[in-house]
Amino acid sequence: MNWISNYVRPTINSLFSRREVPENLWTKCGECGTMLFHREMAENLNVCGSCGHHMAITARARFKALFDGGVFVEIKVPDALADPLHFRDQKKYPDRLKAAQKASGEKEAMLVAEGEIGRTPIIAAAQDFSFMAGSMGMHVGNAIIAAAERAVKRKLPLVLFSAAGGARMQEGILSLMQMPRTTIAVQMLKEAGLPYIVVLTHPTTGGVTASYAMLGDVQIAEPNALICFAGPRVIEQTIREKLPEGFQRAEYLLDHGMLDRVTPRGKMRDELITIVRMLTGQSPVITGDLPGPAAPVAPEPEASAPAATPTGKA
Amino acid sequence: MNYLEFERPLAEIEGKAEELRALARSNSEMDITKEVEALDRKAEALLKDLYKTLTPWRKCQVARHPDRPHCKDYIEALFTEFTPLAGDRNFADDHAVMGGLARFNDRPVMVIGHEKGHDTKTRIERNFGMARPEGYRKAIRLMDMAHRFGLPVITLIDTPGAYPGKGAEERGQAEAIARSTMKCLEIGVPLVSVIIGEGGSGGAVAFATGNRLAMLEHSVYSVISPEGCASILWKDSDKMREAAEALRLTAQDLLRLGVADQVIEEPLGGAQRDRKATIAAVGRAIESMLSGLVGKKPDALVRDRRQKFLTMGAKGIAA
Repeated sequence: MNWISNYVRPTINSLFSRREVPENLWTKCGECGTMLFHREMAENLNVCGSCGHHMAITARARFKALFDGGVFVEIKVPDALADPLHFRDQKKYPDRLKAAQKASGEKEAMLVAEGEIGRTPIIAAAQDFSFMAGSMGMHVGNAIIAAAERAVKRKLPLVLFSAAGGARMQEGILSLMQMPRTTIAVQMLKEAGLPYIVVLTHPTTGGVTASYAMLGDVQIAEPNALICFAGPRVIEQTIREKLPEGFQRAEYLLDHGMLDRVTPRGKMRDELITIVRMLTGQSPVITGDLPGPAAPVAPEPEASAPAATPTGKA
Repeated sequence: MNYLEFERPLAEIEGKAEELRALARSNSEMDITKEVEALDRKAEALLKDLYKTLTPWRKCQVARHPDRPHCKDYIEALFTEFTPLAGDRNFADDHAVMGGLARFNDRPVMVIGHEKGHDTKTRIERNFGMARPEGYRKAIRLMDMAHRFGLPVITLIDTPGAYPGKGAEERGQAEAIARSTMKCLEIGVPLVSVIIGEGGSGGAVAFATGNRLAMLEHSVYSVISPEGCASILWKDSDKMREAAEALRLTAQDLLRLGVADQVIEEPLGGAQRDRKATIAAVGRAIESMLSGLVGKKPDALVRDRRQKFLTMGAKGIAA
């Protein structure tokens, strides 16, 4: 025991620990374990750059990446009755809600917005799995109805990104009643002749799958997303056998005819633009990467490089 | 007679009374009328007391009682000329779902319901009333037919939920339920539903999304079973009593929430104690619900249904 061990070492230690990188700058990929730097991860829309694993993304981050220039207008969702059943399990429902609001900075589990994708106006709705597992309660029901009503009013297609563990048990039967309510929203779009495109993301299960998430004109899923009515654990308990590899994953559903496409997140926006424009009879989108002036020297691979130079004006 | 766990004291008294009666039959000199009467009175008082205030969990147990009348019993007693129609024209006929043409008070209708079965053999055959996608697709086909021929649809709901199986998932359980719910909302004919036992989650919604919903006094309708809810939220499936309480799944609570339109009274001690009276009461409820809807234009019926669900949720349970 001397002043070195009592004073110098703790000081050195504290200096070094202060310099440690804050944990939230790095995220470990849940699939391959690669450490991903947060900025790179955000640029890659929360997709692991090394294995392509799709991690959760908030509704707001998704919209920022989806809409042209990240610009969108949020559509107000009519307020639902708070805690209609006075539900209490180990915690009170309002306390759970408050905790989720604080953690996510969002009011509820679904965000509705209007904006343009590739100069194509749409209404979009996205479910936030980070908010109480994206569960479908009265707010989510109201959000989908508001989105459909807005789409009908503005004669625009609706693109919906689903992500949910199912119905919100804390709203009991009223959460179950969102199945018929959201189905009515889908009917509104159908009657108005407007495209309804569903993008199923990991995970989409339970009553959500058994209502609006399975009623799209076009059903697209992100790779490896779990999509099911009854979860794999429940099924294993029922049938008492191991389920096949990849069961209830997006690719499995595609094979079984339940989806139109499985599309990686990075290509989703372009694909949505293409589909929406065809369904609404619009001309193909002009990507902006116009070929340079007929300069014969332009090398082939450079043609798709960002058109930052104003050569297009020539 | 099958007794539920909470009816055990009642089983004892009724058992004793039965023993005495048997004794008296074999020995004609014995006069035990008084004792038997006393026991019967005691049993009735106990029954009244037990059923006066059933906890939500006990209601779940009554709703699942094996001796309750099932869909088949209602169809046999309340309908004439029942002509079952089978199959989804795609894959199979689902025996968990019964359906077909029939006459209800002489009026031709389409009747569809979940059937749980009444003994081991029929329960397995009926898959305990848990439908697979084929069941919902059969219902969609029948509802569509009813729509085209102007027949009112009557649905009888009694299911623990949709079947959680491998094949059911592969064949699109979720999609089948979603389409069935949509078909319920689309048809231009009256659709009235009665929950006769268990209204289990999505499997029930697929048939119960109608113009009117009646529930038997001790039936339940819930987003999840109390056991399932307990294991998720309490992390302990033995907390089903608490979960049943919190979920507000009784007919009485659903009436207050505006999900059910009426509650059909059951005989003292539950439907299983007087099946005939229960079936008759359900028949009267169906007739009263139907008579308010028959003759309405298809558009008006669709609008009525939409309005009902769009405004649902405005009322909570008062503190």
